Amino acid sequence: MLEPVTDEDGAPFWAYAARGELRVQGCARCGELRFPPRPCCPHCQSFDDEWRLMSGRGRVWSYVVPHPPLLPAYAALAPRYNVAVVELADAPRIRLVGNVVAAPGAPIDSVDPARLRIGAPVRVSFDGALPRWVPERS
Amino acid sequence: MTGALKDATAIVGIGETRFARQLAEPEKTLACRAVLAALDDAGISPAEVDAFASYTMEETDEVEVAKAIGAGDVTFFSKVGYGGGGSCATVAHLAAAVATGQATVGVAWRSRKRGSGPRPWTNTAVQLPTPAQWTRPHGLLRPADEIGMLARRYMHEYGATRDHLFNVALACRNRANQNPAAIMYERPLTREMYMTSRWISEPLCLFDNCLETDGALACVVVGAERARDCRRPPVYVHSAAQGLPAQHHGMVNYWNDDPLTGPAWTAARHLWKRADFGPDDVDVAQIYDAFTALVPLSLEGYGFCGRGEGAAFTEGGALEIGGRLPLNTGGGGLSEAYVHGFNLITEGVKQLRGTSTAQVPGAATCLVTAGEGVPTSALLLRS
Ligand SMILES: [Zn+2]
Repeated sequence: MLEPVTDEDGAPFWAYAARGELRVQGCARCGELRFPPRPCCPHCQSFDDEWRLMSGRGRVWSYVVPHPPLLPAYAALAPRYNVAVVELADAPRIRLVGNVVAAPGAPIDSVDPARLRIGAPVRVSFDGALPRWVPERS
Repeated sequence: MTGALKDATAIVGIGETRFARQLAEPEKTLACRAVLAALDDAGISPAEVDAFASYTMEETDEVEVAKAIGAGDVTFFSKVGYGGGGSCATVAHLAAAVATGQATVGVAWRSRKRGSGPRPWTNTAVQLPTPAQWTRPHGLLRPADEIGMLARRYMHEYGATRDHLFNVALACRNRANQNPAAIMYERPLTREMYMTSRWISEPLCLFDNCLETDGALACVVVGAERARDCRRPPVYVHSAAQGLPAQHHGMVNYWNDDPLTGPAWTAARHLWKRADFGPDDVDVAQIYDAFTALVPLSLEGYGFCGRGEGAAFTEGGALEIGGRLPLNTGGGGLSEAYVHGFNLITEGVKQLRGTSTAQVPGAATCLVTAGEGVPTSALLLRS
């Protein structure tokens, strides 16, 4: 599987994620959240940031079910794995790409793709530093 | 200087190699063949070429092409990034260079062996430039996956269906069936074939994806005055634009306020502002179709219909010859050839010369667009 190639801007996200925290970069001056991380605030141009802890709750904004040809490690799980974009409940314009899994620690092909729905509530869990999304009972 | 570009330059030559899943010659050779064919079409000597433009993903650089074809001293060269988003911008850059006196004869080209060469996304080593750290580890690997995500959201939000995407695939295939140069010549598509084809990335199936093609194309741009003395009727560059929207993130656009309004909207605003006519006056359109789902989004972006109406626009044969907006009349990337959209430019020129294999009677205006979903570009051409 591919591992994230982090850069200086993205490193804090992955470091927090490795500790089981979903944090999003925000501006220390005007307070606006931004994603993906970057050196300065697109609203007020401040270089001062802070990493804000999110509740970890979100909703499925969209999803796909990839079929081969894919990189081998992914092809082995296809077409049972999904990739979703999840909109954060705390900040609807912040969306994260991730996989919806049946339970914390479950593999990325653990949810029948036919059961996925746009708008479905999900909660973050972590697999190493990778955020995954577990369905919540609505 | 407002409007300084308008009709100041024209495309006077186009050239193409054969299109095939596999061509024996290397990319550089194909590039030279297409460039020389375009110059011959224009009746202009290679020694007169003093400007080049292509894509950053083009592997043959202008030094090689200039040397091989026997160009003279070159005073302008430009490469445009973002894959298929760069197609129309290559012509736009030449038009700007010629209109401002930086050069007199420009050649834009694209040569590509995507059919027989490697797919960029199969190489694990280049999978993860840093912007991809937010997508690829989760298995969102290919453009089809990235655009499929937008397609499903679009279908959910606006009631678009697979039948709407089929309308796009069918219009392109029907035109390719009229075009002997198209890879899908004499290969009709039916609704049943579409609905039962294999998935690539649900909700996108095989026929929602462009072809994998070897081939090269080129076109020649000169000033309007010079254009009148060329072999073929000039096709004027009426308006041109690039588009990189605020907060855009290449291929995914998921972090805009509104991911379903992509670079097309940005390019369109500038394109129409500089034009003497509007969407209702466009006789024929060549809209970038790496994926069918990009077409309804582009129809909205370029103002042919309202937000959310792009899928419904495709109904009732609107995209077919005789319909409201005949589309991709050579067959497009879906059914003629996928050479990063350059065949859409040459097909636009053929329409305005009256020489398309699927000619729209009396076509005098044509919109050509580059890849939607990435920083893009567009041209309005007129005869
Ligand atoms: Zn700020």
